[in-house]
Amino acid sequence: MTVTASGKVPTATGEPNELGYKSFTIGQFRFSRDEYFAYLTWPTGRHVMSADAFLRALQRDVAWDFFYGIVNFDGVLGTMNHYGTVDLFAGRYNDAYRKAELDHIENIDTEIIRETFKSILSDWTNEGFDPFASPEETGSAFGPKRGNNDAAITRHRVTAQRMVSLPGDEPLRNDENGHPINRMFADVTQDEPEVRAEPGFEQEIGSFNLFAYLSRSPVTWNPSVVSVCQESLYCPTTEEYILPIIHGNDRAEWFVQLSDEIIWDVEDRDTGRKRAKVVMKAGDVAAMPSDIRHQGYSPKRSMLLVWENASLEIPKLISSGKFPTQPVEF
Amino acid sequence: MEYVTRLASLEQYEKGGVEVIDDDPKNYAFSNIFEVASHAKPFEHIAVAKNFQYVLEAVRVEGTSPWRSAGHDQSALVMDGEVTFEFRTLRAGTGLSEAGSATVPDDAAETLMGMVTARRGHLTLLPAGRAYRFTSAGPAVLLVQTVTGPDTQFRWAEICQTS
Repeated sequence: MTVTASGKVPTATGEPNELGYKSFTIGQFRFSRDEYFAYLTWPTGRHVMSADAFLRALQRDVAWDFFYGIVNFDGVLGTMNHYGTVDLFAGRYNDAYRKAELDHIENIDTEIIRETFKSILSDWTNEGFDPFASPEETGSAFGPKRGNNDAAITRHRVTAQRMVSLPGDEPLRNDENGHPINRMFADVTQDEPEVRAEPGFEQEIGSFNLFAYLSRSPVTWNPSVVSVCQESLYCPTTEEYILPIIHGNDRAEWFVQLSDEIIWDVEDRDTGRKRAKVVMKAGDVAAMPSDIRHQGYSPKRSMLLVWENASLEIPKLISSGKFPTQPVEF
Repeated sequence: MEYVTRLASLEQYEKGGVEVIDDDPKNYAFSNIFEVASHAKPFEHIAVAKNFQYVLEAVRVEGTSPWRSAGHDQSALVMDGEVTFEFRTLRAGTGLSEAGSATVPDDAAETLMGMVTARRGHLTLLPAGRAYRFTSAGPAVLLVQTVTGPDTQFRWAEICQTS
């Protein structure tokens, strides 16, 4: 394994190739693409991914600001969030690469990798391709460079301060503000609760139709904060097709299936060894322990409530062994 | 094509599960909110998820609950049925539990702040430092986002898949 731990790694952007795509360098990693594929090289290896799979994964990593723990683009490439710096790695969580000592990590200041990832996403996303959309609802990622889709890849991420719909907080979704009901949620009831606040208490009396709100989400696999209880965050999301990344946990997170069904493949976080399949139907609740990685499959667009504890202390408590990897013991 | 969104209720739910390859199913604390609520007494606060001090509680609502309060915001998602929430100011000096919600005396609930009538899928704020109670004519189910409190019940071995 080779490791660079400088934080302030150099970055560079190359001139467009014959297809119009720029190449990008972060430390000793180099990213390039052609009509179909994204290519990654590092001192001890190389990797190739389908361009659309790469862009769907990159979109989540950028939008989530590297999320909690590990965002595996696939079984080789990914990032690990240290909340201030980010590890960009190849093969670090792949048994074969580790044993062959071909894996590589660069530890990078978050600001540096964030800006470079945003540049790659902007340059490589063609007009008509929306990496956040389900495959049925977007155009092709492939071919020579044609335009861009910056409007889609820089969407506002919902992060309610208290709860969606309260005065001054995140607004509801409707046709007028560009959120039509998704084709797979046409049967979701759109009624709103009856809210009667006495004068002077409008800031504290609030309620909204979460299911209707989710039925109008234009994106997939994008947890967004809708209600807050101290550091406990409700991050519901709508899911269709395959989660474009394999999420490696640095803390337990919980899933509450609100509608339809998702099948989760669960693997050991560090080696990729298969551990379980978790089949979730409406009303089911399951924990994802902090030593696993998971990828979901949703045959029909579904509503999933992802529940997170945002405390920055948790990774240290778990990695130091002061707290077990599973959230409850019985 | 017409798609059907599959929701669930106390009357009709279908549980998934953990299919083990090389693991202990208890690591996933897998349960179903409707199954938990179907075996619960009204207004028991049964944890179905826990992350350090934070919990999600399944609450069966049938009739009118005691008045409750918490020192922090909470939320309540109606998973089934129709629930009316009544909110009142809390009498000054009323003791709050250190964390989570707890019952407060009837006379601690003072000035009416507002009412919410919510049905399946509706998410309601339970604001910090205020008194609230739930009412439902028939069985209804809430999922409450809160902190472990004196009334939180942990019944993992009873509610979760163990094999």
